[in-house]
Amino acid sequence: MDFYLITLVKMALTAIVLLTCCAYAVWVERKVLAHIQLRPGPYFVGPHGLLQPLADLIKLLTKEGIVPSHVNPFFYLIAPFLAVTLGLTSIVVIPFTPPFEVLGHQVALGLTDLNIGVLFILAISGLGVYGIAIGGWASNNKYSLMGSLRSSAQMVSYELPLALAIAAPLLSINSLNFRQIVNAQEGFAFGIIPHWSIFAGPVPQILSFLIFITAAFAETNRVPFDLPEAESELVAGFHTEYSSMMFASFFMAEYANIITICCVATALFLGGWHPLWPSAYGSDLVPVVLLAGAGLMLLFHAVHAARRRTWDRFSFPVFGLLFLGLAPLFLIPVLKPVLIPFFWFVAKAGFLVFVFIWIRGTLPRFRYDQLMRFAWTFLFPLAVANLLVTGLVVALTGN
Amino acid sequence: MDALLFLVFAAIAVGCAINLVLQTHPISSALSLVGVMGSLAVLYLLLGGEFLAAVQLIVYAGAIMVLFTFVIMLLNAGAEKKPSRKVLSTAVALPLLFTLAGIGAYFAATQTPSADVVKFGAFTAGPLEIGRALFTRYLLPFEVTSVLILIAILGAIVLARKEI
Amino acid sequence: MQLPLPLPAQVPLSWYLILSVILFVTGAAGFLLRRNIITVFMCIELMLNAVNLTFIAFSHQLKQVDGNLFAFFVMVVAAAEAAVGLAIILTVFKNRSTLEVDEVSSMKL
Repeated sequence: MDFYLITLVKMALTAIVLLTCCAYAVWVERKVLAHIQLRPGPYFVGPHGLLQPLADLIKLLTKEGIVPSHVNPFFYLIAPFLAVTLGLTSIVVIPFTPPFEVLGHQVALGLTDLNIGVLFILAISGLGVYGIAIGGWASNNKYSLMGSLRSSAQMVSYELPLALAIAAPLLSINSLNFRQIVNAQEGFAFGIIPHWSIFAGPVPQILSFLIFITAAFAETNRVPFDLPEAESELVAGFHTEYSSMMFASFFMAEYANIITICCVATALFLGGWHPLWPSAYGSDLVPVVLLAGAGLMLLFHAVHAARRRTWDRFSFPVFGLLFLGLAPLFLIPVLKPVLIPFFWFVAKAGFLVFVFIWIRGTLPRFRYDQLMRFAWTFLFPLAVANLLVTGLVVALTGN
Repeated sequence: MDALLFLVFAAIAVGCAINLVLQTHPISSALSLVGVMGSLAVLYLLLGGEFLAAVQLIVYAGAIMVLFTFVIMLLNAGAEKKPSRKVLSTAVALPLLFTLAGIGAYFAATQTPSADVVKFGAFTAGPLEIGRALFTRYLLPFEVTSVLILIAILGAIVLARKEI
Repeated sequence: MQLPLPLPAQVPLSWYLILSVILFVTGAAGFLLRRNIITVFMCIELMLNAVNLTFIAFSHQLKQVDGNLFAFFVMVVAAAEAAVGLAIILTVFKNRSTLEVDEVSSMKL
């Protein structure tokens, strides 16, 4: 019975944290895009728009959910549900910290420890296309149908380079279990270069990391591969006919997919919770310095506020003191084995999420034929070549 | 727990399979088939076929069935208009099929020792075991299937050209 | 966990085989009675899936990995078959603009 109880609590916690992260990923995306385009972004709901996700949620929840008369109601309603369920599912196999001890129990952040974790991720992301495909088809609208047709072709095509890019680092790691994959990347070459998949191993997997990230953009329908919802050609693509919570479900599914795929990239290529340089050279102090620096900066700006009449006068000191209060937590010996690895994992995954947004603010959209040609004539052969070379080197070095 | 899981997912599989046959619209049939495949993947897990369960979802549900839905959407196939077949052929076919099912079930029930139960965890065919067998004993069939896939790709390209 | 139902804790092998028979016969029924060429094709896939279930059940029963491998090969062949079959369906639809199997009976266009 204990097992079921612990699992239920973990599931609820993971779902809440992931949904909150999705909501704030939207805020971060809007802020970063705004600053790339030299505008302030959401500003008025809460300090610096921090309560904007909450306002959006209330707006979407209270809006009327319209089911147009020309749609197939069963498939129209099940599609967003399918999308969000599959989007939130695949996070369960990601481990966030090494095991630690709480009240005599060995626990670790992360829901399950599947032996076939990598295959599970591939399976769920392969099913993810159904939400979009069915939604677009059931809407009975030519733009939606075009969007879902594009999406099914695109996702099937980009799954191949994605899977081949995942396979290459696994050749030397010899496991499909994420915890073992992360454990295999522990340590430092020459005492300073981390033993992550992209740096170390028989063949540094930097190429397959780039292939993986490129294919991940296509899998999550993000710019420059957001053809299924290309608003300049297809109105809004597959979710043209959707409104209120059904639209929000598609939206959440997209952000949940981005967060999951960034966690997968972190665990597979960037060494999971292992730090960038050895703790002997003070890598444990990074979160302390970052938090304390952010806190001091906020306090400084609270004193020398640029705009006197905004929320900043109250919110800056509060957040500054909060950050300053959080910083020493990373120095407490009891909490250290949990917080430091968790910090590194979140930092790497968060950086990748930032890269996703950065690229969206930088690159234009591909044309559809360019997208397909890129997948089949460039990315796929490159992934095969990379896998072959890695396999050859692993075989020759007698691993 | 094992029995409960089996019954639930067997019921889903049979329900989806019957729905596949009864639905007139191909896309409903396709999604029912995805339901069958998903529940079969859970049954594979119960039988210890970890790798096959994942491959079932990746290859069957995630690629083959996506291709089916793609083609159905591309052709904009509507529901079947006429009643399926003449009454006579249905009247002949259904009893024969039920007889076939009865014979199969009878042999399945009597020819296997009733002491044989499926114990979850008694046997696992993970990626390691599958890979070892695939690249040693079954190497030749494995290579032959790669040729088969190559031929299938060529065939699909030739068929999909405009001139035919 | 104790269940409130009069169920065996573990399922006999024959239940899996009976399930497979039911799925196979359902697929055969659809194959014989349906007219839409895509649905007929999907019924074939259903029959292949039913057979895969027996392979994996026997693999578990005999504690040998071979059954899993047969199922694996069936999947590979099914993938190749789907690619070619769907290409044929596309060509047929392009030339005759119908998906009804009965209407594709003449050899000439």
